Amino acid sequence: MEETLKIIVLVKHVPDAQFDRHLSGEGHTTDRDESILSELDEYALEAALQLTEARGGSKAGNKVIALSMGPAGAVNAIKKSLQIGASEGVHLTDDALAGSDAAATSLALAAAIRRIGADGPVDLVLTGMASTDGETSLVPAQLAERLGLPQVTFASSLDVDSGRITARRDADTHSETVEAPLPAVVSVTDQINEPRYPNFKGIIAAKRKSITTLSLADVGVDPSQVGHAGSWTTVTSAEERPPRTAGTIITDEGDAGIKLVDFLAAQKLL
Amino acid sequence: MANVLVFIDNPGQALKKSSLELLTIARSLGETAVALNGELHDGVAAALGAHGAVAVYRPSAQDLDDYLVAPKAAYLAEAVNASGATTVLVENSPEGKEIAARLGVRLGAGVITDVVAVDADGTAHKSVLAGSYNTAAKATTPHTVLTVKANSVTPEPAAAPSVPETVTVDVPADATASAARITAREPKAASGRPDLTDARIVVAGGRGLDGDFGPVEELADALGAAVGASRAATDAGWISHDAQVGQTGKTVSPQLYISAGISGAIQQKAGMQTAKVIVAVNKDAESPVFEIADFGIVGDLFQVLPQATEEIKKRKG
Repeated sequence: MEETLKIIVLVKHVPDAQFDRHLSGEGHTTDRDESILSELDEYALEAALQLTEARGGSKAGNKVIALSMGPAGAVNAIKKSLQIGASEGVHLTDDALAGSDAAATSLALAAAIRRIGADGPVDLVLTGMASTDGETSLVPAQLAERLGLPQVTFASSLDVDSGRITARRDADTHSETVEAPLPAVVSVTDQINEPRYPNFKGIIAAKRKSITTLSLADVGVDPSQVGHAGSWTTVTSAEERPPRTAGTIITDEGDAGIKLVDFLAAQKLL
Repeated sequence: MANVLVFIDNPGQALKKSSLELLTIARSLGETAVALNGELHDGVAAALGAHGAVAVYRPSAQDLDDYLVAPKAAYLAEAVNASGATTVLVENSPEGKEIAARLGVRLGAGVITDVVAVDADGTAHKSVLAGSYNTAAKATTPHTVLTVKANSVTPEPAAAPSVPETVTVDVPADATASAARITAREPKAASGRPDLTDARIVVAGGRGLDGDFGPVEELADALGAAVGASRAATDAGWISHDAQVGQTGKTVSPQLYISAGISGAIQQKAGMQTAKVIVAVNKDAESPVFEIADFGIVGDLFQVLPQATEEIKKRKG
């Protein structure tokens, strides 16, 4: 019998990249009206589900906790995660969190993870390779630094055995195998698996799963440490780029390759 | 005391262009020092002097490459303190960003990624939401950590070269204690083409190639370009995942991006719409890529690309 696992998956609600996305307000923050579960987080959730299902799932005592930080709407990312198969949800929400940069976000999430760990140690914190809105990829590394845990980032495969994690990472010039003891912070790429969709049974089951709401006070963070006030960076200006416009479009009449080269020559690109 | 510290990881025999760019930006901000990891060859030492570095910091430990990220960040924090620098510049690679992330926590410093320009007062410029906004950001902390994208400036040597002093920095004893260890490393075969994220020209192929990247590769080689791909092409296994341009792949801003057989949906557009000039070839006139292309050809890429390749070879003689 394999050991059971308690895994926290970080999930973020982000504006749907299929539509136009906007920055607004004094702090130039992202509008989140049309938000969805960040696509890249689905790979982390799937990885967590595969690891726990291999150990008998929730019946055997494994836990997959979907943790999200954000305003009221962020609960939708948690609900979607519960429908896909997470066993419970935790929503860290507080008005003071608005406008948090990566440093403030990682501080608040680290506090929430410690709080979840108080009910029994956490084995793994799993995240996607980036959010599809901020795209900085800073938070997993900062969480590891704050929690004093090993970081195993951009894993394209993952194996947990006897309290150790082994992962493969693929860089442009080489591939690596890395090892670390648990607990660890792990981010996974979109190559690691094929995320499942929620099925009808999962959607019904999700209604009975619990979502715990935590405030900053619950996790012992002072409001001055987060949000615009607690962030270590500030966005001083934001300007929408004019959309690209279509240029010359031609239909090939047998000489389009030549015309392409003429265009490059005229642009001094040869 | 230096004002700016540039981190250069394992330069090998010669400094990369992106490292020279970091040094050029650093000099515009003040006196520049370098924190180096790995061997310091004579050629690199000379280049650092030519680019005005006043000091080169080196770690007391030689095994930082055996671990992921954490010990390098711990070393860099010590080098920042030793140099007195208030701004740290790191390359914008995945590892560079993570080193910056952890360094930021160690120093209590704001971190800004994907930077393309830095003003004298430390304001950093970048584009966000897949190139749809240009923003300016600033750290509010005593230290600032910036990861700077390649091709952001033209590298220039210093007006007055320097002879940098070499200083060894003690790596904290616990730096590797809670770090993931790299137990194996397998090199991948080199393509001989320029690096996708740094390339001046990118030729990218998608679903329309139907498994045959030959025409894209031949055009790329005639132009001295890197080869890119849409997610459809990498998911189909026609080309390595490293070549993927788009939201879940690489973001590129070349002088010229030639898109062949790619419809140009949002996932792809996110990775390439900051290219200076976009050329698209697609047999479907309704493809969204034509909405953003400076020059579009509705036609069969298996005719158009080889014809263009031949013409380029002819003109280049």
